[in-house]
Amino acid sequence: MASAILSGKFFAQGNFAITEGAIIAGCRFFGGYPITPASEITERMSFRLPQVGGFFIQFEDEIASIMAVIGASYAGLKAMTATSGPGFSLMQESIGLAYMTEAPIVIVNVMRGGPSTGLPTAPSQADVMQVRWGTHGDHEIIALAPNSVQEMFNLTIEAFNYAEKYRIPTVLLADEILGHLREKLIIPPYHEIEKRIVNRKKPKVPPEEYLPFKPDPDDLVPPMANFGDGYRYYVTGLSHDERGYIVSDLESHGKLVKRLADKIKKNRKKIVRFEQSFIDDARIIVVSYGSESRSVYTAVQKARSKGIKVGLFRPITIWPFPDSELQKVSQDAKVVIVPEMNNVQLGLEVQRVVDTKVHFLPNPTGFIHAPEVIYKIITKVNDSV
Amino acid sequence: MIVSDLQVLPPHNLHDIIREDRLPHILCPGCGIGIVIGAIARAIKELNLDLSKIVIVSGIGCSGRASMYFKTDAFHTTHGRALPLATAIKIARPELKVIVIAGDGDLFAIGGNHFIHAARRNINLTVICINNFNYGMTGGQEGPTTPIKSLTSTSPYGSMEHPFNLVALAASAGATYVARWTVAHVNLLTKSIKRAIQKKGLSFIDVLSPCPTYYGRYNRIGTTLDIMNMYLKLSRVKSGIPPQDAILDLHKEIIVGEFVDVEKPEFSELLHKFVDAQSNKLNLDK
Repeated sequence: MASAILSGKFFAQGNFAITEGAIIAGCRFFGGYPITPASEITERMSFRLPQVGGFFIQFEDEIASIMAVIGASYAGLKAMTATSGPGFSLMQESIGLAYMTEAPIVIVNVMRGGPSTGLPTAPSQADVMQVRWGTHGDHEIIALAPNSVQEMFNLTIEAFNYAEKYRIPTVLLADEILGHLREKLIIPPYHEIEKRIVNRKKPKVPPEEYLPFKPDPDDLVPPMANFGDGYRYYVTGLSHDERGYIVSDLESHGKLVKRLADKIKKNRKKIVRFEQSFIDDARIIVVSYGSESRSVYTAVQKARSKGIKVGLFRPITIWPFPDSELQKVSQDAKVVIVPEMNNVQLGLEVQRVVDTKVHFLPNPTGFIHAPEVIYKIITKVNDSV
Repeated sequence: MIVSDLQVLPPHNLHDIIREDRLPHILCPGCGIGIVIGAIARAIKELNLDLSKIVIVSGIGCSGRASMYFKTDAFHTTHGRALPLATAIKIARPELKVIVIAGDGDLFAIGGNHFIHAARRNINLTVICINNFNYGMTGGQEGPTTPIKSLTSTSPYGSMEHPFNLVALAASAGATYVARWTVAHVNLLTKSIKRAIQKKGLSFIDVLSPCPTYYGRYNRIGTTLDIMNMYLKLSRVKSGIPPQDAILDLHKEIIVGEFVDVEKPEFSELLHKFVDAQSNKLNLDK
């Protein structure tokens, strides 16, 4: 199969990078529905998956797409869907099902302007809180925010790894700029990537001893048997015990909900990713993620060249949010600036975490902040601290 | 009878298929869902199917609970969404027999879109709709098959909406096997389920099933015995008639039988043949 897997240097679109990352990660099922600005992913998967022995189905809607992805995952295939805001809203109930049934799945959300049909062809970062809290009930989520075409590729592979390792729906949270941006993409030879690829744990016990939702004590993740492999088990979105059987007593429900959350919380240090630039002596820290962080980086670089002590903290896992890490580096800072392509979302999370003053810089217009705008804010803030 | 006599009782003849540790079931006395579960289990037994190669997928509601009773792989999905999940299982593992069990509200109200598209694709699934004319789990509300003028907890003045005729709907959406039975026709139903499981394509069975707790009570039809007698009195077996003529009128007649049994290319087979050819082509190029 290796011949159908690409490697080399490309001048490629972000949405292209996602599809190649998915295929290299082992994705062999894609269910999708067209939506701007994510359609290129669906189109390219329809072309690429058959070449690697995988299956593409265009479904009747986004709900069917994500439900199919859950089904394919339980039948043993790594599976993905891709959408944007309106489709992501439709998927929320099923994301809860994937969480509750611990289905390893990957969802790409190429964010566009909302609410509602909003601005289909313009970028936004306005789904950051929907990713965290969109489905009902207490739950965790893993969401990754790339900021380049290369990261669209790399983090798609990581999204599959997280999904398989922790048996949790994992979201690649891109935006319209990244989806349609064309820049250099390097796909290393498959044998270099292969060792990084994570596959779900299989049960080590015979079917008669298999408890499908009994977690391993070290990582709290239960080994997963594929449907059709003879383990013959029951899966439900209702509260269930280790056998997978429905339970309605409050104690069992509490135990399950706690374990599902602890699975992420206790492995938080292994999951959380972030990047920091010029942070050591920074009096001002700009927290930025996604395509916006590129604009911020340019502004921060320029401010540094003028002698302003400013640094950039870039969460790569938006969820779990790198909170203790941000708190640590911001202890000596006077101000934290949070520019976002929304009307303040992650800024509130930053405010929760840091002890210093937070300067919000919302931008819900459908445009990215220009580097000069951010640079001006940095100088203004610098004058006041 | 003394205790030692009880101990030598032979196991139930479906004990290898039904999860006995899930009994007693949660269904109301007089509910027809157990009869459908029994018919499916007997069909599986008579076809001598490998239980490891069956997946039961269900929706939400009383019928949605059915999947829990089978010693197979089973997935109790969200409301209305059994079909897309089942579709993907069939694509991922085409050697598995995938049986979908859901209620009328699940399959034809909230999940109606998925049904017509699964039928349009002609994916090899066995879809069994347990049709009791109302939403039982939530307290007997009006649904997409509720007969006109019926009393339900959300049509207290009588339903003003026309119900779907599921046989005609399934046939026109492209299902390649379509039948209707009632739970009073358990042998015919079991035979029909066997045919549906063996059929290569989307097979659909509309099974009328009593809900004495709500629909029967609200509409003064009586107990399950009365409902079963009504089914038997009104039912006419008319297999082979055009699906649109398969009338379901509780004041006149209930046409039961097999109405569609046609051959059409099946989606999972088409997709697998295509993918095999595509991926082999690239491998040969290497």
